[in-house]
Amino acid sequence: MSTAPTKSALLQGFTRPWIWAWLAAALAFAATLGLTSGRGAGELAYAALSFGAFAAIVGMGQMLVITLGPGNVDLSIPATMTLAATLALKTMGSDPGTAMLGLAVALAVGLAVGLANFALIYLLRLPPIIATLAASLVYQSVAIWSNRGLRIKPPEGLADFATGRFLGLPNVAWVGLALAIAVWVVLERSVWGRWLLASGQNLRAARLAGVPVEAVRAATYVAVAVMAALAGYLLASFSGGAALNMGGEYLLMSIAVVVIGGSSIAGGNSNVPGVWGAALFMFLVVSTLNSYGAGAGVRNLLTGAIIIAIVIAASTRRVRR
Amino acid sequence: MSEHETAPIVALTDAARHFGPVRALDGVSLSVAPGDCLGLVGHNGAGKSTLVNLINGTFGPSGGQVAFPQGSEGVRSVFQELSLCPNLTVAENLRIPHPGLKRPGWRRIARAEIRASLDAVFPGHGIDADSEVDTLSIAERQMVEIAIGFAPRGGAARLVILDEPTSALDAGIAEQLLAHIRRFCEGGGAVIFISHMLGEVFSVASRIIVLKDGRIVAEREAAGFTRQGLVDAMGHVAAETGGTAAPARGTADEIVIRTAEGLVARRGEIVGLSGLAGHGQAAALARLFLSQTSDWRAGRAPRAVFVAGDRPRDGVLPLWSILRNISISVLRRDAWRGLVNREAERRVAEDWRRRIGIRTDNLDNPLLSLSGGNQQKVLFARALASDAPLVVMDDPMRGVDVGTKQDVYAMIRTEAAAGRTFLWYSTETEEVCQCDRVFVFRNHAISAELTGADITEEKILEASFEMQEAS
Repeated sequence: MSTAPTKSALLQGFTRPWIWAWLAAALAFAATLGLTSGRGAGELAYAALSFGAFAAIVGMGQMLVITLGPGNVDLSIPATMTLAATLALKTMGSDPGTAMLGLAVALAVGLAVGLANFALIYLLRLPPIIATLAASLVYQSVAIWSNRGLRIKPPEGLADFATGRFLGLPNVAWVGLALAIAVWVVLERSVWGRWLLASGQNLRAARLAGVPVEAVRAATYVAVAVMAALAGYLLASFSGGAALNMGGEYLLMSIAVVVIGGSSIAGGNSNVPGVWGAALFMFLVVSTLNSYGAGAGVRNLLTGAIIIAIVIAASTRRVRR
Repeated sequence: MSEHETAPIVALTDAARHFGPVRALDGVSLSVAPGDCLGLVGHNGAGKSTLVNLINGTFGPSGGQVAFPQGSEGVRSVFQELSLCPNLTVAENLRIPHPGLKRPGWRRIARAEIRASLDAVFPGHGIDADSEVDTLSIAERQMVEIAIGFAPRGGAARLVILDEPTSALDAGIAEQLLAHIRRFCEGGGAVIFISHMLGEVFSVASRIIVLKDGRIVAEREAAGFTRQGLVDAMGHVAAETGGTAAPARGTADEIVIRTAEGLVARRGEIVGLSGLAGHGQAAALARLFLSQTSDWRAGRAPRAVFVAGDRPRDGVLPLWSILRNISISVLRRDAWRGLVNREAERRVAEDWRRRIGIRTDNLDNPLLSLSGGNQQKVLFARALASDAPLVVMDDPMRGVDVGTKQDVYAMIRTEAAAGRTFLWYSTETEEVCQCDRVFVFRNHAISAELTGADITEEKILEASFEMQEAS
């Protein structure tokens, strides 16, 4: 420990997979500003942080699940977001002073969904992809049934918070940042995080080393659902109400930010800063293409190509290391 | 013409096969001629499978020669590990090694051929050629595998290597197979018959070869061996070390573990599990470890720890450093409010690096940068660093060099004297002779319990093999 590596910090930085997500985000940012010759930089950064926060929150949850190893993924994130937002807003009923009650409802929905997902996986031995996808139909149906086409506005104070700013940064970005620090501490410094990383590398070896692997798996599936529920609650407050399709884009988004962020899709290795970098990038690349006047088709095509390029860049760096 | 008939089908001249420093086969010469039935015996790691793989061409020899004077067509192997495709039918499985079944309508030919072969080897077998293999019992699958080995397959079987063919068969079916082997050899075919069932070897083989440590230690006509002589020829690894294993009996006679199968271990005792590989020892150990620990909870003081022998499957956390691989089992003990105590983690790891001699200058290096033997030391350190009263070891000395082995034996003795209990499965008799008490497994059950001076290679081998006569 006393013999700290003497390699230059910059060189070391380039061997870290998350640097690519941040570089890509910076490039996309610069490309947009190049068009406007620097005008609107603050607004663009603010928008990226606002919208990126939602992707980062669900992305960090998905990252924890993917870290559990091959086959582990939560496809019920969109439905969980919708259900948590719908029930929270219905409970609050636009009444002032109910924000905390709504938050509690949303988090309780997340807890219940996480437990239900893991029960399907553990008791029925379903593959997580099937279990969470099938269960998400149920969650979505419950949301439809309880919503009945109503669009309830969030309480005014909550809406103000979700769209407001503190020290120049959007409040939702602060929430995402706090959550990122918490996830980082859990992964890098806590026993539970070590257990999670060990389980993702080799489940059998982890079990034989004394890791309570089923408890780790259960806690991870609950964590992702709670984070999705929180994201849904914030997103509904941010956008003035819950909508049945509000979570739709976050299915692929949550997986894309994990992969672009440099976490290993094979499990056992996760990367918190990369998820945030990738979340910013995902927003910025779309706005860049928009500002260059690309149509929807071209935009999707280029977004896909760029994602592939970044994944290749990040993974080849890792192999060489 | 007569020369052609007596020329050997396969001739090995001083054939050797090395895997790194391991001499799996160390200069073996033998030949098999038409009409021969060669019995091949020897305990685990003696080189039997390597010999089979040399003959069927899985890999080439590191030295010497493997020659097929009349070509290698018609040389077949039937393996103990079943190699059928479970999702295909019996007839479809015949197509895989059959070069002639290419054209449409091959299923009909395959059905007829496999049916004929099954009828020839196992009259009255009752196996439908159209049933999928995964609907068959283990014995039926073994029968299909044997029948495929003897089937003509566009030529004729000339030499069939049978590796433990009867392990899944009951006595009646096994007798049908033995009868077929005799007929096959009388008709000019040749068989290499590998079995731990000495009675079967005697009843079918014309010549018996005993392998030990990669060399032929005895080769005689079957009539020239007695059962006891055969066991003696296989054994005698640990005659010189037997005396050094002075039982360091634990202080108390407190029983730490007692399982339904009859495994008993006392505090401070080193308990060996022996017998031939695949007779249920590893499974019994894993079951025992899992029953002592939980999928759901991990306390500060685990009741048992595990040392894996199959490192990639059961032990190594490949993405991690040496440090993290050592500390995983003690994180909970030293943790503060759920956070890893990194200072204690490093202290423990440095301590064990010194004590067990892991060759690295930096514990932050990836575990996979170490050699296999040093990785194994890491797994030992992981287990011994904890305070668990029970240490379960699943053949933990694979790939470990001799010097390290001696160090680890000494360490195990010290830890046992301090009150820990060790359960030690090993395929090497020398290691089992280090134990205070030995349970010998046969067919997933304990066939003998040996203690003290009774722990000898001969007694273990005797209990490992099925002896139909009292001995």
